[in-house]
Amino acid sequence: MSMKVATRQVDGVTILDLSGRITLGEGSVTLRDAVRDLLAKGSKKILLNLAEISYIDSSGIGELVSAFTSVKNAGGELKLLNLTHKVKDLLQITKLYTVFDVWDDEASAVTSFK
Amino acid sequence: MPDSTTSRVSLVLDSSLASVDKVEKTAEEFAALAGFDEDTVPNIAMAVREASVNAVMHGNAYDPAKKMTASFETTPESLIVKIADQGPGLNPDAVPDPLAPENILRGSGRGIFLIRAFMDEVHFRDTHPGTELTLIKNRPPGQPGT
Repeated sequence: MSMKVATRQVDGVTILDLSGRITLGEGSVTLRDAVRDLLAKGSKKILLNLAEISYIDSSGIGELVSAFTSVKNAGGELKLLNLTHKVKDLLQITKLYTVFDVWDDEASAVTSFK
Repeated sequence: MPDSTTSRVSLVLDSSLASVDKVEKTAEEFAALAGFDEDTVPNIAMAVREASVNAVMHGNAYDPAKKMTASFETTPESLIVKIADQGPGLNPDAVPDPLAPENILRGSGRGIFLIRAFMDEVHFRDTHPGTELTLIKNRPPGQPGT
């Protein structure tokens, strides 16, 4: 199953609802293109909802990091919402959990953007 | 399909992402039948996936003339997976530590780290040309054959 992206706006924050797998190949490319498109359109408050992400590999982790740095370098913020147990474990193992701003509640996450 | 005690399967595959998916799926099946729990099975499958990604992408560089060999063996004590490529060779000691502060925001370089995190033993062997990774996970006690 490849990754799917649905985009919505909440109070000036762009929320990407991701589902499926973020792995080498299609999933990683889809995420990269989605974030690149948002930055090109001037959207700099980005919240990735990972609730429906069933699987992520090292390439997918790398893509999350690249998205984070791309948005940051463009003067924006990228945050994560609703990590599954598995994805949370992976981010903790790789010491990335504290790099990302991670939220479990969408309303709070949206409010947290300056 | 492997049985639950001892079995062995060897696959010779093209250097493609479809082969990576096949190897990952086979690892999942072997791990489940070897008696690993539902948290451990996906970790084993991920480690094997990462090894096969290294083989087809970094080792064989998607060269259609080069093959990846994947073997799966269940012994009474462990699950042993070997992934071999025909690439120029890999020095695991030369791979930067992905947990080092200067590397933490790199967009790649976490595959071998995850393999080591999820398996009990990882061995690299230079096969001139190519690299063979041996991944070992000890079976939980109380399984058939253990």
